[in-house]
Amino acid sequence: MAEQNDILEEHISSEYKYGFSSDIETETAPPGLSEDIVRFISAKKNEPQWMLDYRLKAYRHWQTMEEPRHWPLLKYPEIDFQNIIYYAAPKQKPELKDLSEVDPELLATFEKLGISLEEQKRLTGVQSNIAIDAVIDSVSVKTTFKEVLAEKGIIFCSFSEAVQEHPELIKKYMGSVVPYTDNFYAALNAAVFSDGSFCYIPKGVRCPMELSTYFRINTSGTGQFERTLIVADEGSYVSYLEGCTAPMRDENQLHAAVVEIVSHKNAEVKYSTVQNWYPGDKNGKGGIYNFVTKRGICLEENSKISWTQVETGSSITWKYPSVILKGDNSVGEFYSVAVTNNYQQADTGTKMTHIGKNTRSTIISKGISAGHSNNSYRGLVRINKGAKNARNFSQCDSLLMSDKCGAHTFPYIEIKDKTAIVEHEATTSKIGEDQIFYCKQRGIDTEKAIGLIVNGYCKEVFNQLPMEFAVEAQKLLAVSLEGSVG
Amino acid sequence: MNEMLSIKNLRAGIEGKEIIKGFNLEVKAGEVHAIMGPNGSGKSTLSNVLAGREDYIVSGGEVSFNGKNLLDMSPEVRAREGLFLAFQYPIEIPGVSNINFLKTAINEIRAYKGIGPMEAKDFLKLIKEKQALVELQGSLAGRSVNEGFSGGEKKRNEIFQMAVLEPTLAILDETDSGLDIDALRIVANGVNKLRSADRSFIVITHYQRLLDYIVPDFVHVLYDGVIVKSGTKELALELEEKGYDWIKKEVVEA
Ligand SMILES: Nc1ncnc2c1ncn2[C@@H]1O[C@H](COP(=O)(O)OP(=O)(O)OP(=O)(O)O)[C@@H](O)[C@H]1O
Ligand SMILES: [Mg+2]
Repeated sequence: MAEQNDILEEHISSEYKYGFSSDIETETAPPGLSEDIVRFISAKKNEPQWMLDYRLKAYRHWQTMEEPRHWPLLKYPEIDFQNIIYYAAPKQKPELKDLSEVDPELLATFEKLGISLEEQKRLTGVQSNIAIDAVIDSVSVKTTFKEVLAEKGIIFCSFSEAVQEHPELIKKYMGSVVPYTDNFYAALNAAVFSDGSFCYIPKGVRCPMELSTYFRINTSGTGQFERTLIVADEGSYVSYLEGCTAPMRDENQLHAAVVEIVSHKNAEVKYSTVQNWYPGDKNGKGGIYNFVTKRGICLEENSKISWTQVETGSSITWKYPSVILKGDNSVGEFYSVAVTNNYQQADTGTKMTHIGKNTRSTIISKGISAGHSNNSYRGLVRINKGAKNARNFSQCDSLLMSDKCGAHTFPYIEIKDKTAIVEHEATTSKIGEDQIFYCKQRGIDTEKAIGLIVNGYCKEVFNQLPMEFAVEAQKLLAVSLEGSVG
Repeated sequence: MNEMLSIKNLRAGIEGKEIIKGFNLEVKAGEVHAIMGPNGSGKSTLSNVLAGREDYIVSGGEVSFNGKNLLDMSPEVRAREGLFLAFQYPIEIPGVSNINFLKTAINEIRAYKGIGPMEAKDFLKLIKEKQALVELQGSLAGRSVNEGFSGGEKKRNEIFQMAVLEPTLAILDETDSGLDIDALRIVANGVNKLRSADRSFIVITHYQRLLDYIVPDFVHVLYDGVIVKSGTKELALELEEKGYDWIKKEVVEA
């Protein structure tokens, strides 16, 4: 609360400040997609045969699929999938013993992003420690705090490392929540993913620190296809954070990630995202196409999965973090703030599928549209037959900052069990001239007034974020909405 | 020269309609002026124009505030220069706590004056002190700005904000409307405690009762955008007794 103003102040006049690109030596594959490329990626990563087989199956299936062009409220030119580089990796020694072996340019990149890969140093002034897996151009470059976590039996490493070191876990869980047949982008990801993070919390363990993945697209012309898999075994707890940025480029870059979460009996996973991919310039040129499949399953009773997302970046966002509530008494939550400005487009929301008895889900979505942007909430609440006494509460609010932007709400509700209770509330409002004037009359200028009002509007969602992320989210919001009232 | 506010022949309106039609007023430091007048005579319009609300268009006249041209300033600069408006209808800002709102305001005003942000502990002390001054419940201070406040609570919150921000000129637009008898006394006491040789008030009200508590130096009657009669507190008593008709008649006859 108290810090909010200083932070807004500091950031109010900055534009997209992560837009630099770094001169890191990279190794890239030629553009285009074919079985050879899939084999190339797999070989580069020294993968076992089963992994390659999985990729090839996914690739062949992908070839039979169609891009989801019709149902999302998104307009963008044809994507030429043969013109994308599917593999780019910072050139460095495969095994890093300590930080001194990391390319200094790479370290500098993360320093510029405000992320220190030196353990203990992260986020001065904030109490908690965060273990970070830094992923640049789809390749994990450094995971911090590994040893500390290992003492508790927690596995936190890059996905490629997990394929080598924990094949039984990967084989068991990968694709169990998001199969490669799920959708076009999930299939593409399964075929060409180059890295990502893997996390396993053993039975009864409460992860002592926040786990975090930091994604950065650097190389021009590349797509980023990372994969995250989180498994929380019985009675465990983990809070996971995801951040991302990209350089400013005139081209559109594709990001198609998959995140899978498995929450066992009595386990809880909290997954928070602050998505800040480059949104394109004021005229809509450039920016990231963000097509992401995120899904969790509450596999057994009393398990819980909570998604919190703050989406400010990307030129296009297509993303529906979902929960399958299979276990009895399981709980799914979705808290979202999606901001679009200039010519950004977002079609985002969630799916809550109730299968178990007494399952509960909560959806709180706050859309903010400014400039010429378009912001859609799309959510599905499905109560299957036999999901006795399932409950859902959804609240979808839209805030309009201009006359030229659009806000849309598409709630889909499918109820197959009569005992279900489903509530849906939706509001659309324009940012109040009265509110802004009231603030100004107290000495607060327009930009700050908007920051205050909008942060107030998003409070329910920000309250779900870990402290340092909440602070970052507030800053971002202020920056994203700069000069947006009209 | 101790003129704090000097309004000369002010003309202003909204949506092409002139509402303030040649308004004159001089307020010296330390004075309390009451403005009364029938509904729709332009009292809130005058407040909004002085506070700088953008939808109101000033078509003529001059306003100087502490020797500076008020009409040249943006609303936030007017506030930072020490002008405070207690709104007739205070605005709700959901999700923004009163405390955070005031802290932002204080620090903005301080920054304007070239002073750094207030220390957290000094701020809390200030809040506690002012809360006591207007007998505002602690829970209200922690809640979102005016959200779900009763009508009377909103009014009291305006006075609380005024007490915290310590303006040099406070315009109270019908702050007494909607207050119960106890709240009226508390709000009036709060104002009286803030009265000082270098702070002035413009108190807009329909009721003489408030002026029993906040004793004004002058009472003016606004009618159809101009001051048609000025006097001392006895004028308010006379209005209470006779209503506005006799004044309207005088205006017509003049
Ligand atoms: N936004 C507006 N558009 C058109 N007319 C307006 C607007 N705001 C005020 N007016 C008109 O201006 C006139 C003066 O209104 P104002 O609110 O200043 O009166 P007032 O003296 O404060 O009245 P009250 O005692 O009822 O509060 C009224 O006739 C009102 O209808
Ligand atoms: Mg009025």
